[in-house]
Amino acid sequence: MDTRLPNPVRPAFGASSDDTVVVNIGPSHPATHGTVQIIAELSGEKVLRVDVHCGYLHRGFEKECEAHTWHNLIPYVDRLNYCSALINDFAYCDTVERLMAIEITPRCRYLRTLLAEYSRIADHMTCVAAALMELGAMTAFLYLVTIRDQIYEHLADLTGARLTYSYGRIGGLARDLPPGWLERLEKILADCDVFLGRVHGLVDRNRIFIDRMRNVGTIGAAEAIHWGYTGPMLRASGAPRDLRKDVPYLAYAELEFEVPVGIIGDNYDRYYVRMREIDESIHMIRQLVDLLEDKGQGPIEVDDRRCSFPPKERVYGEIESLINHFKLVIDGPRVPAGEVYVAHEAANGELGFYAVSTGGAGPYRLHVRSPSFVHMGGIHRMLENYQLADLVPTFGSVNMIGGECDR
Amino acid sequence: MDSFRDKLDRQLAAAFPALAAAADMPVLALAGNQALAAARRLRDEFGFDMLSSVTAVDWPQRAPRFDVVWHFYSTRSFARLRMKAQVGVDDPQVDSLLPLYGAAAFMERECHEMFGIGFRGNPDLRPILMYEGFVGYPLRKDYAKTHEQPLVPYREQPPAGRPAQEP
Repeated sequence: MDTRLPNPVRPAFGASSDDTVVVNIGPSHPATHGTVQIIAELSGEKVLRVDVHCGYLHRGFEKECEAHTWHNLIPYVDRLNYCSALINDFAYCDTVERLMAIEITPRCRYLRTLLAEYSRIADHMTCVAAALMELGAMTAFLYLVTIRDQIYEHLADLTGARLTYSYGRIGGLARDLPPGWLERLEKILADCDVFLGRVHGLVDRNRIFIDRMRNVGTIGAAEAIHWGYTGPMLRASGAPRDLRKDVPYLAYAELEFEVPVGIIGDNYDRYYVRMREIDESIHMIRQLVDLLEDKGQGPIEVDDRRCSFPPKERVYGEIESLINHFKLVIDGPRVPAGEVYVAHEAANGELGFYAVSTGGAGPYRLHVRSPSFVHMGGIHRMLENYQLADLVPTFGSVNMIGGECDR
Repeated sequence: MDSFRDKLDRQLAAAFPALAAAADMPVLALAGNQALAAARRLRDEFGFDMLSSVTAVDWPQRAPRFDVVWHFYSTRSFARLRMKAQVGVDDPQVDSLLPLYGAAAFMERECHEMFGIGFRGNPDLRPILMYEGFVGYPLRKDYAKTHEQPLVPYREQPPAGRPAQEP
């Protein structure tokens, strides 16, 4: 019996001359720390052409969303960018809230902003740590992952999970902060500063690191915009574009922060922009802790019977709340018909949700504009005409997250 | 800033009489074969230099059946705009925006494999999230969610008595 399977991809090109060779890298390869396949034509060790294939983690997210209620999708959106799942949660909840014309409470707004920035730190650390490890910087990797693990443990204390939190709720959050959470937060941020300083000391002026990162994988601002790049990728090219600053949402209008930009858009700039963004996130979190104290007291959830669950004691004690609870679980929240596109600045760039509602129990259509997928569309510009070995740091600096790219 | 945006909105409305206001951003409805010309004006005259997303919505009861939806963003004025074109199921063709935006390449490939929308002028519409040989368009409403097409054959036949896969 012939057990060979048909090739799931059709390469865009073959070898263009006798001197070149076409090699396949991935989808499961140490150089691709996401399931992505890169078909490259090489002349010696120089990459001439690249054909990128993604989709190896495609789960039919958008199709699945059409079969569930609006509430039930929260665990699914967690699994898009699983390095910063809370940002997905809040962007999705914001999308549904815009459709329902709900304004969240001040405490919820500050907490969401704080947790989004906290997630951004974890996400950037994951990216930088993995990219450094691939270049052999094991110590820097361990420093960053140490802090990331503290953040995960700390978020588990709040949400009950380390990675996929399901913590957002339409119109609020799952639960309020446990006692002592903000004190522990300040300790972790202080540790974070120390460890970031050590990483800067280890690699910033390291000859090996600079040789691998400087002037490699360069992309200019105009070209980055042409390919739809957003987030740290675009900012590393020198364009100071950040949705948190340009079209403030959540509580970003009340915060003071800078938008760090790179110079030429090479791997070093992307590394440095991410490191600086961690600094800015820490700065924002400290402001948000104060804001929570001053203006952020009160409930975390809106009092809206269309989406908020009634308190458990009332569910058990009175028939109206029991019915309300039952209807919310079985039928889902009532979302008026309409369409909306909501974009948040996720750790990797613009995370957009385009939702179409017909007034049914769940979305009629939910499209995710995922930054990783768009970045994969233009990554060949950053790989071509560099060495094969440069593929590793360049790909690492993009922070392609399979769950979000392939959906 | 607001006055600048008002001015932009007025200029847009003058240039595109079909422009309608929606809750989140202006919406421009047009025919699928006007997409490229409209997008060129949006990019060159109004600064919509970034293509955020290309997708479609399937309305099986309606003729024409599909909405193709583009979202644009301006990195200068921070304005957004949604462009929509209705196409029928018999000849679901719209213009490709590839001559204007590199980002259209992957997005149009995704929209093509998921909905079967053709993009005139995009020479490379190979599958990107799905695989070669996949039959049908999974995000159309008439593609059953439970329908399976395993690329790697299952090791065992399903036990007798199990309901057959729906088509």
